[in-house]
Formats: sequence, structure tokens, C-alpha cells
Amino acid sequence: MSSEPSAPPAPAASPAPSALSAPSAPYRPGRLSTGDRVFLSAFIGLPLLALLVFVWLPAFTSIALSFTTWDGIDLGDIHWTGLGNYTEIFTNYPPFWPAVRNNLIWLLFTALLPTPFGILLAYQLDKKIRFTKIYQTAIFLPMVLSLAVVGFIWEIIYNPDTGLLDSALRAAGSAHHIDWLGDPDLNLWAVLIASGWRHTGYIMILYLAGLKGFDPALKEAAALDGANGRQTFLRVTFPALKPVNIIILVVTVMESLRAFDIVYVLGGGVGSKPGMELLSLLITDNIIGESSHIGYGSALAVVLLLVSLAAIGTFLVQTFRKEDR
Amino acid sequence: MTQQSRIPLAARGPGRRSVVGGLFGAGAAALAAPLLTACGGGAAADPKTVTFGSNGADATPKSAYAAVTKSFTQDSGLKVKTNTVDHDTFQKSITSYLQGTPDDVFTWFAGYRMQYFAKKGLCAPVDDVWDTIGAGFGEATKQLSRGEDGTYYFVPLYNYPWAVFHRKSLFQERGYQVPKTWDEFTALAKRMKKDGLSPIASGYGGGDSWSVLGTFDYLDLRANGYDFHMQLMRGEVSWTDRRTARVLDLWREVTPYQQSGAGGRSWQDAAQSLVDKKSGMAVIGLFLGQQITDEKIRADIDFFPFPEIDPAHGQDAVEAPTDGFMLSREPRNEDGARKFLEFLGGARAEELYMGVDPSNLAVNARAATGSYNALQKKSAELIGSARHISQFADRDSDPGFISTVVLPGLTQWLGHPDDGAAALKRIESQRARFFSA
Repeated sequence: MSSEPSAPPAPAASPAPSALSAPSAPYRPGRLSTGDRVFLSAFIGLPLLALLVFVWLPAFTSIALSFTTWDGIDLGDIHWTGLGNYTEIFTNYPPFWPAVRNNLIWLLFTALLPTPFGILLAYQLDKKIRFTKIYQTAIFLPMVLSLAVVGFIWEIIYNPDTGLLDSALRAAGSAHHIDWLGDPDLNLWAVLIASGWRHTGYIMILYLAGLKGFDPALKEAAALDGANGRQTFLRVTFPALKPVNIIILVVTVMESLRAFDIVYVLGGGVGSKPGMELLSLLITDNIIGESSHIGYGSALAVVLLLVSLAAIGTFLVQTFRKEDR
Repeated sequence: MTQQSRIPLAARGPGRRSVVGGLFGAGAAALAAPLLTACGGGAAADPKTVTFGSNGADATPKSAYAAVTKSFTQDSGLKVKTNTVDHDTFQKSITSYLQGTPDDVFTWFAGYRMQYFAKKGLCAPVDDVWDTIGAGFGEATKQLSRGEDGTYYFVPLYNYPWAVFHRKSLFQERGYQVPKTWDEFTALAKRMKKDGLSPIASGYGGGDSWSVLGTFDYLDLRANGYDFHMQLMRGEVSWTDRRTARVLDLWREVTPYQQSGAGGRSWQDAAQSLVDKKSGMAVIGLFLGQQITDEKIRADIDFFPFPEIDPAHGQDAVEAPTDGFMLSREPRNEDGARKFLEFLGGARAEELYMGVDPSNLAVNARAATGSYNALQKKSAELIGSARHISQFADRDSDPGFISTVVLPGLTQWLGHPDDGAAALKRIESQRARFFSA
């Protein structure tokens, strides 16, 4: 790259208004030395290269592969099938629609129960109650644990022979044995409770951080106007914490769509199980293993990508459009 | 902050830029590292070392393999570098493992599962090894070790039978008779239930859903015969065939006698209930023995072959999965690797292995069986008397088809065992995707 000494000044790079820069200063903003140029091109070029190689190349390769069949071994075995994988998935893949339904249930459940509950906890803990730090730590603790560990904890709780839940039921005199993780009608809810247990703490800490930065004067003003606790929260605190609310919503949507690890662990690490199908698990079902269907799995991944983009995109565009007004 | 205050700051010590620059250098080096090692990997061949990829990560197989490799080193002067990987991880990553820089010799399974990689050219033929070791093996084993092209790709080490296990003392106390036919079997299960036992120990929760395949395979082998079973496994007949439907019909007769809560239980817990005499019987492999630590209980464990359903097929087939070794497609030390395989296929290696791990049987007929315990002796007789030896559904068929289609279908059906038509239709809908090529 040839260095131009008379490069036009870049105002964006200048940290101070040019009027302030004294001519005697050895550093002149807007002028880049050769070293700076090399440094900057390395600085921008390397991450750009990494981004291209590790993010965009695989993403586009996946999209391209989703129109083919390939066993993942010989490059010569890649055969073009057009939309074949997609029609197969939509019309002739029994676990697909249950997976879509389960992803939706996951999203609705997480948005309607653990998320509001986390906000409620944060609101309560923000009041100057005793032992608040202990409560905060206890509720946030599941988030500190790795999801694999969370999975093992719940596996023990749900165990049909020695587990906490069934032992408690037996002690209460129930002869009925509930197969929490084995019953296809029940296991999704069992996993959702485990995931909600963890999600609540996450939301609580996010919201608590928002509440700490909240101006108490607003609350006082509301109290002077005669608002009760509920009104203060709904009419004053909640709308004023809009940026945090957006983060929480985005986090909830993303966590629901990318849900994988806890289902994988509680399902025994062998892929999707009846009742617990999720799009993410179907992808690994088809790609990882001895006889992989790379094209088919890629098509599923593209479907998940489109769903995620649609969900997050719509939401963000709507939010920021309102903000711009 | 003013311009002036900035300059001395930046000039002091290791500047902000040099630190960031250093980080970037490190990052770039990290990015380049895999490329560099990928280039240099092939050159590191040491003629005195054979590399060995092993899936025997549990304590017993690990020390058994260690005994075998140690003896080989003493014999040949060749060092064996063992690279042990967790059993399930090894299976999941096998395709990429074999395409990368695999170890010279690696552990694998006989049957379709071996033939698949042979067909894809990911392993090397071992005909010359068989010229040396062939005399020790029967025709059934030889068949298991050949690819679809008739060339040998596999060197067997051991196998183990699946059967119906029980505790002798429990059968004596209650006066139970070993059932020979399906009717006797269901009658016995009914009686056990009346006696307050879980008749058939069952646990296919979590990652253990494969354990239901033993029952499925035996029902199919007994009701429809070995030939139909293999056609079904290889995707050559429809899963909605009335013969397949019959398997589920038969299975439904015994589902009320299976231990409840099975979908959330591990096979180990199910096996434990058999050991604790809470369950009466269990359809499982000889590896059940790994669950038992008390030798007195081990002596009390017995098994009988899965009962006869159709007299035309009797009890002529035994499910006996065989484990062994394969040679990677471009071994770095080819001569050493072939010598190692010759040793592994010999009687000595099998004796050494079985000496440490008594829950398997040597496949080589020349291996001494004097040290076998009662269960091993009986297992060897069972396998020896079999007319057909099947491997296991996930070894006789496409493993992906079994794990992502058949197992979810069967376990879901077991939750609500109806006539099975819907479950079989779901399985059939995916057959073409796995068996077209």
C-alpha cells in the first residue's frame, strides 16, 4: 500500500475540534504516518479477514450446501438438489413441525413466566429489604453454573427411582410414578422449568442493574402525586427503563430460539428425543454423527436462521423506528 | 483530556498501541497455527512407533488395551502410542477423525458400520493380515470382517451376546421355570407381576434409548427370521411391511410387564433393579456384568436365549456385537500398523484382553478359554451354537437412520403402545433418505 502524505483529513478520526489543535503540538490529528497506516490496516484487515473466514464464509457455504446432498466425506459427492431438501423438510420430516411448535412454546413460556418473574424479583430486591445481597446471589447462582451442570442437577431431581420429585411424591403416598423426562407429553415442560429456573436469575440481574441506575426522584414525584406501588412501577419505572426492557426482550427471544444445551444434556446427549424436538437439535441430528446429511442439516439451519432474523429483525426495526421519531 | 496530556501517557512504558499490537500479533499467530500444523502433520512418521486410536476410555477396557499394547511392544520392539477417546465422542466424531490425520490403527465395530467407511475409502484393506490370522476364525466371523467388495477391512477382538438375564436364586425361590417359547415367556412375566416384581427391567432414558433395540432385534429375528431382519436393517424392505408391524404387536403383549418409568431411567439403574431382585428379567448384553462388583452376585446371574416365537426360526440367531480394529487409509507407519494388527488378531492378544475384561469373549478360536467364568462359558456356547449372528441394529444398519429415526419412533411408541401403524409410517417416511445412495 503506497502512503500518501497529502491524505485528506478525516474529521471523524479527529478527537478534538481542529481549531484547538495548536501548530506546535507534535501530534497532528488528521494526518496518518506510514506506521499508523500499517497499524490501522492490520487492525482492520485482520479482524475483517477473521470475520470473513470464520463467520461469513461458513454462513454462505451453509446456505449453498442447503441446496445439495452431501455425506460430508468426498467433495465430489456433493450433488445439487435445488429446493429438494426444503420440500422434504416441510412435507416429509415428522419431527420438523413438532420442533417448530416446541420452539414457539419455549419462546412463549420464557416470555410469559420466567421473564416477568425475574423482573418482579428485581423490583422487590431493589427495595431496601434485609439480606437482599444473599437473595440476589441465590437467585443468580444458576446462571453462574454451566448449563451442563444445571442439566445434571435436574437429571437427579427428575430421576424416576431416586429423584427428589418422585421420592417426595412417594413419601406423600402417591403410588403413581411420574416419568418426568421420559414421557413425551411431559418432558418439554420438565426441561422448561429447568431452563426457566436459570433464566429468572439472568433477567433479575439485568433488571436490577437497570433499577440501580434509575433516578429515585421520579419515584418520589410519583409518590407525591399519590401513585401506589403498582402504578409507580407500571406507569413510571417500567416505561423509564425502556433500554433495559429492550435488552431483556432480545435476550429472551434469542435464548428461546437458540435453546439447545439444556435439552441436549437432559436428553442424554444423543440428539432430539420424542417430545423434546427443537430446531437446533434437528440440525445436529443431521450433521453430527457417522452418517451425516450435511445438505439436509444445512437446510434446517437456514430455516432457523430465517426465523431468528425475522423475529429479531422485526423487533429491532420497530423499536428503533419509534425512537427515531 | 487535552492533546498535551496524551502524548507523555502514550510514550510511557509499553504503549497502548504496542500492547494492542502485540495482542493482534498473538491473534494472527493463533489464526495461522492450524494451517501450519496441518501442513507439517504428515512428516512426523516414526518407524518405531505405531499410533492407536482407542474408544476404550472406561477403566476396564483401558487397562485391558494397555496390557495388550505392552505385550506387543515387548514382542516386536515397536512402541504403541495410544490415543484414548471417550466411547460416545469417538463415535460421534469418527467421520471427521478419519478424514483428518487418524491414528494408524483404530477401534471400531463389525457389520454395516464398518462397511460404510470401507465403501467411502476411509480405511485400508487388510487382506495380508488375514493371511496370517485367518486360520483362527470361523466363517461367520470372516464374513463380518469383509466389506461389500469381499475384501477384509476389519480385525475382530471380542464379542458378547445379548440374551435374557436373570438371577438364579430368584428363580429358585419363586419356582420360576426358564421359558422356551413366547407364550411361556409372557405367562412368566404375568406371574412375576402378580408376585409384585417388575417383570422386565427396562431403562431407556437419556442417552440410553439404544437399549430398546435388543428387544426389537430379537423379536424380529425370532418372528421373521435373520434374512428378513437384515433386509429391514439395510433398508431393503418397507418398515410398514406387515412383518414389521407384527414385531410391534408382539412387543405390545409385554409392554404392560416392563418396568414403569423406563423412559427416564438409565440402563444401569434398570440393571441394578435386576441385581436387587426388584425386576425379574432383563433383555441385555453380557456387559451387564460390568455393573456387578460383588462376585457372589456375579455367580448368581444367569441368562437364557430369547424365547422362540416362530418354530421355523426357533432360536437360531444370536445377537453378538463384535468389536475390533481397522487400519486407517494412509497409516504413517504402515508396516508397523500391519504387524500390530496381526498381533491384535492373534490368540495371545485376545487372552491378554479377556484376562482383564471378563465381560467379553475372545473371537479367535485358538484363544485359551480356561480362565472363563461360568457366564463367559455359557455365552461362548450360545454364540457357537448359533446359525446366524447379528450385530446390533445400530451396527447392522445405518447408524444415523437408527439413532435419529428408528429410536425416536420406537421410544415414542413405547410411551403409548398402540397398533404402531403411525410410528412405522414415520420411520418409513425417512427410509429413502438414508438408503438411496
